[in-house]
Amino acid sequence: MSTSAQLINLMASLMLLIAFAMLAQRRIKSLIYLFAWQGLVLAANSLIVGWYTGHHELYLSAFFTLLLKVMALPLVLHYLIRRLDIQWDVETLINIPATLLAGIVLVVFAFNLALPISQLAGTITRGTLGIAIAVVLLAFLMMITRRKAVPQVIGFLAMENGLFFAATSATYGMPMVVELGILLDVIVGVLILGIFFFQVREAFDSLDLKHMEKLKESDP
Amino acid sequence: MTLAHLISFLSQLTQTLLVVLIAPLMLGWVAQCRAWLQNRSGPGLLQPYRVLFKLLHKDALLAHNASPLFRSAPYIQFGCMVLAASVVPIIETNLLFAPAADVIALVGVFALARVFSSLAAMDVGTAFGSLGARREMLVASLSEPALLMVLFTPLLIVQSSSLNTIVDTLAHREFQLHPSLAFAAVAFVMVLLAENARIPIDNPSTHLELTMIHEAMILEYSGRHLALIEWAHAIKFTTYCAIGIALFVPWGIAQAGVWQVLPGAVFALLVKLGVAGAGLALLESVCAKLRIFRAPEFMGMAFMLAALGMLTRLLLGA
Repeated sequence: MSTSAQLINLMASLMLLIAFAMLAQRRIKSLIYLFAWQGLVLAANSLIVGWYTGHHELYLSAFFTLLLKVMALPLVLHYLIRRLDIQWDVETLINIPATLLAGIVLVVFAFNLALPISQLAGTITRGTLGIAIAVVLLAFLMMITRRKAVPQVIGFLAMENGLFFAATSATYGMPMVVELGILLDVIVGVLILGIFFFQVREAFDSLDLKHMEKLKESDP
Repeated sequence: MTLAHLISFLSQLTQTLLVVLIAPLMLGWVAQCRAWLQNRSGPGLLQPYRVLFKLLHKDALLAHNASPLFRSAPYIQFGCMVLAASVVPIIETNLLFAPAADVIALVGVFALARVFSSLAAMDVGTAFGSLGARREMLVASLSEPALLMVLFTPLLIVQSSSLNTIVDTLAHREFQLHPSLAFAAVAFVMVLLAENARIPIDNPSTHLELTMIHEAMILEYSGRHLALIEWAHAIKFTTYCAIGIALFVPWGIAQAGVWQVLPGAVFALLVKLGVAGAGLALLESVCAKLRIFRAPEFMGMAFMLAALGMLTRLLLGA
């Protein structure tokens, strides 16, 4: 295996590791740090793939990832949790080992799903497609198991990271226009959700989303 | 007996004796590093030897109702650990005893020692003994599958379950990045801490009844029996470090029959053991002891990491 392929595999494994760490992390502050690390690994992966394949627009994509997902979004999230005063919140997660085992099952499923696709592909990154799908599914699992609003948003952002990674490993990245569009969507999404947090807390005095279930009209 | 046999016998003897003799030093080194990290002066590197010497010169007291099992358990534990120490290659790979046990049998040897120490702890019938034995079995039932999972990853990479072959293949071929081995290494460190009664799971320096596991099991022992158990404990710790070195940083271990690199191999071993001890001391200083009910979570993490390592190996080929 060439050095680049080994490096790409290393990055893919790191992505998977960080996805699992996020699944198991209880503290919101550490969750944001993990998200920033995931962005950094993603940017490094784009750089390596871009350098190896000669697709130089991937450099630009790596730069945007670095700017947005490693610096801007974590800063916004840190600001948000400081303003909401939930920096030191510890979420009560039920049964982390069971969640992690479910995660392993998801990984096996994702790998099997990606196997026929990667056998057809001739790209250097073909092996990592399974990991990319696994990262998306793990972020999804995280959104399902969390009850507070901020970790759910971080799960959503991690899912977007996974999709980005999948695009890089399947087709050496999306077209620039699409990529920029998605990035813009993510920024706007986070800003809107940030405003939402304040509204939710004003209405329910908490960011726990189980209060939202009571929005149903009561029977007369 | 031919000369080749004699040489391999001598080499085996030297390696086993080396592990058995430096094992207390290793524990002393970890304790010293912890003391430095806590701004204490520490008991000195040779303290475990002094303790062993003192215990060996004391009379062994036995409870009235102690069975032969209670008396033989320390010797069985010590024997198991010496056997384990002699199948792990630390300086050169062609060990005489290596065919006696592959890595999976090695886990079995550790389990045998554990079963006897737990039975002996319950033998006299004190409350603390049974409590410690039950806790030990809880931790072991979780850490053993994790340990096996950890071992499967290098097994899959090398396609052999003999430690000799694994070290030979990993150390003496073109360097490759193996992310799966990195996963396995992290999981192995977690298993090592749990199996050797180190800090996140058990505190080796306390006799506080609510938290102790290993210490609770050996409360009834004294004199030479206690000395043997403590010594076996030290050998187990050193052997675990040696397994970790053999699987994850095997560079520097000499191939069989290459005599000129032997001094370098010994030096590399001492440096690696020193670094491992200091690292473990650091880890123990920054971690708090977990509640016993959080131990399954800790071991679940180790199992998950090991399973991930195996999956990446199987499906990514890395």
